[in-house]
Amino acid sequence: MNAVEFILAGMLAAATPFLLAALGELVVERAGVLNLGVEGLMAFGAVIAFIIVYHGGGHFIAFIAAGVCGALLSLVFALIALGFRANQVATGLAIGILGQGLSALFGKSYESLTVKGLPKIGIPGLSDLPVIGGLFTQDIVVWLSLLATLAIWATFAFTKTGLIIRAVGENPKAANAIGYPVIAVRVAAVAFGGMMAGLAGAYASVVYTPLWADGMIAGRGWIAIALVVFGTWLTGRVFLGACLFGAVSLMSLAAQTTGLDVPSQLLSSLPYIVTIIVLGIISADRRLLKLNGVASLGEPFER
Amino acid sequence: MTPPLLSLRGISKSYGPIKANQGIDLDVADRSIHAILGENGAGKSTLMKLIYGVEQPDDGTATWQGEPLALASPAEARKQGIGMVFQHFSLFETLTVVENIRLVVHGKTAELTERIRTLGRDFGLEVDPLAHVHALSVGERQRVEIIRCLMTNPKLLILDEPTSVLPPQLVERLFDTLRRLRDGGVSILFISHKLEEIRAICDRATILRAGRVTGNVDPREHDAHDLARMMIGRDMPEPMPAEPRTGGDKQLEIIGLNHTPDDPFAVPLADINLTVRAGEILGIAGVSGNGQSELAALISGETRLSRHEKDRIFMMDADVGQLGPAARRARGFAFVPEDRLGRGAVPEMSLVLNGLLTAHPLKLLKNGLVDRAQATAFAETCIRDYDVRTPGPQTEAGALSGGNLQKFIVGREIMLAPKLLFVAQPTWGVDIGAASAIRRRLIALRNAGMAILVISEELEELFELADTIQVLYHGRLSPPLVTRDTRPEEIGRYMMGAKPEKADA
Repeated sequence: MNAVEFILAGMLAAATPFLLAALGELVVERAGVLNLGVEGLMAFGAVIAFIIVYHGGGHFIAFIAAGVCGALLSLVFALIALGFRANQVATGLAIGILGQGLSALFGKSYESLTVKGLPKIGIPGLSDLPVIGGLFTQDIVVWLSLLATLAIWATFAFTKTGLIIRAVGENPKAANAIGYPVIAVRVAAVAFGGMMAGLAGAYASVVYTPLWADGMIAGRGWIAIALVVFGTWLTGRVFLGACLFGAVSLMSLAAQTTGLDVPSQLLSSLPYIVTIIVLGIISADRRLLKLNGVASLGEPFER
Repeated sequence: MTPPLLSLRGISKSYGPIKANQGIDLDVADRSIHAILGENGAGKSTLMKLIYGVEQPDDGTATWQGEPLALASPAEARKQGIGMVFQHFSLFETLTVVENIRLVVHGKTAELTERIRTLGRDFGLEVDPLAHVHALSVGERQRVEIIRCLMTNPKLLILDEPTSVLPPQLVERLFDTLRRLRDGGVSILFISHKLEEIRAICDRATILRAGRVTGNVDPREHDAHDLARMMIGRDMPEPMPAEPRTGGDKQLEIIGLNHTPDDPFAVPLADINLTVRAGEILGIAGVSGNGQSELAALISGETRLSRHEKDRIFMMDADVGQLGPAARRARGFAFVPEDRLGRGAVPEMSLVLNGLLTAHPLKLLKNGLVDRAQATAFAETCIRDYDVRTPGPQTEAGALSGGNLQKFIVGREIMLAPKLLFVAQPTWGVDIGAASAIRRRLIALRNAGMAILVISEELEELFELADTIQVLYHGRLSPPLVTRDTRPEEIGRYMMGAKPEKADA
């Protein structure tokens, strides 16, 4: 298997934790809330899922539980930041640290243990193609994540629900004046984002690298937040961004195995370097940010 | 006699110590255009928010078509058939017209698009349903708001100061729409402080002063003078005559200025030419959103020109295009920005400290440290001379009413004795008494030889103040029009984008 095949085959799976978390954060931010706790929510979901799978609960139950726990922890954020109108940045950071702490606590006795991942499902015909065949052989969660991407895109593009979320994010006062419950919409968005982060964490710990190690989320929650800005709050671009990061993180692996004379630390820092460069390029185009940006992002709503 | 459509009895609402509405009684008849007339701060907007359910009254009852009405929430009001068009629009800029409407009205996009077109034709409210709201003019946005209300089939439509954003010709068009709506069975509550308009269109007028009803009349039976007395409780102050003067020094000159701001929603300015001479007031008219804030920022120095753009902006005969606000002020320039809180004053700071912000050159500093005694004396003088109603100079700026804070800021800038004074929206949200005091003060300064530039949306104000008027439309300025020889309709034509009649000489 050469490097190109390796990257094509693994790209979507590597992208899935980024993708799920970023899609959740996309919905949260579109509703005008900035939840910086994604990293901790992912870590919390990851440990819950790992414990359930380790004790034989099965992947299905593990994902459900991780999603529910992510949503519950994010509701704590919602209570503080939306209910009591605390500063969203500070609250998000605090909830993130709480999530990471809980995951370290619960995961203490599972350190370095492993579980079994999920089988891959190929699309008949397509998955036998040369070179790109690997792209069409993925586990069920990857396929469902692609469906989720489509569903979220369609929600924003066509449905009234999507319209309401955008309206609340752009001008909460006006949304309130025409009779929409701004806080309720935002709480629902935050819970959805928490659920997605929990699922993303679960994918990382019981499917992608089915092994528990403290701190295994390793900054992917932060990259997911960056991806939302990177994608200028558009579902399609967030998806492309997630794929790019999936590919870049595999590239660093591939480069290490080929024995290139480059320090491995430099290669593993590649995704973060790319994040900084891409964010810089995107931010240079103020027009794009202004047109797609969320006007009330991070501002508490008061009647 | 049929019962009134809407009937209020004893409605009261307080915000802390401020009694915004006290014991308001109001009857709106079926198929009528009913005016709520009052000064800024008389409680008109509060009353409308109560009727529409955005806020809840402390006391009082309401009946709707003979049945008790809860006044609980906007959703409840809409269900009963009450619609409201806000003064500051409640549209979503990044959504299209039809998406905005879909948020309020049930239905499929294609079907709504068709209904928007039909309504537009029937009531003179044409607008492109697929356009993004941020690309629409203010008049078009107002039409979208009205269409959005009409699509819920209201029995009562509340319009909060609908004409304040329109040029005279579009006001006529709006009135025509409102008459058609009334004849179609919709009652209209029309909020305004403009007497002539109310006489032109309303069947009935309820007049508010300081939160109470002071009159309930047929406006066509009273002249503007009577209405004004009911509204402000005394006669209208006479405008101060301006002495004609000519040939002062050019204190501000802008030559062929082009500027494209970074912000994609901002208006690019093209080929701006203007001159303000000592002893002269130049007024910039135009519906806001046509480049006023961009032009203001260039004149104040908040936006600086790049090093390559030389000889575009002159103040007191010096090229100041690359200078910041402080450097321009040092040359004798003073500026009252349009937003009082945030740019004109720091809300959390006391009046003493707010005075210091621009008046520090008046020996309010000693060895680089603040001279408390001098600074307090300065604020006290300003409060006294400009009739600022406040408990004292240590009051936070944010605690003052809009009108009083405006008087303080205008006073502070005038006390700097500038050669060139620039005032954006001098009387926005200021009550009539204070507004006329500010205008008289500006005219007195002009007579004393100051060069003054005023940006205002209120055409009446510019006709009272300015020697010459230029109209800003889509980032371009009209040629100067001498106020004495110009009729408001002519200004109105420029406000809608008319080209100068004669070719460029």
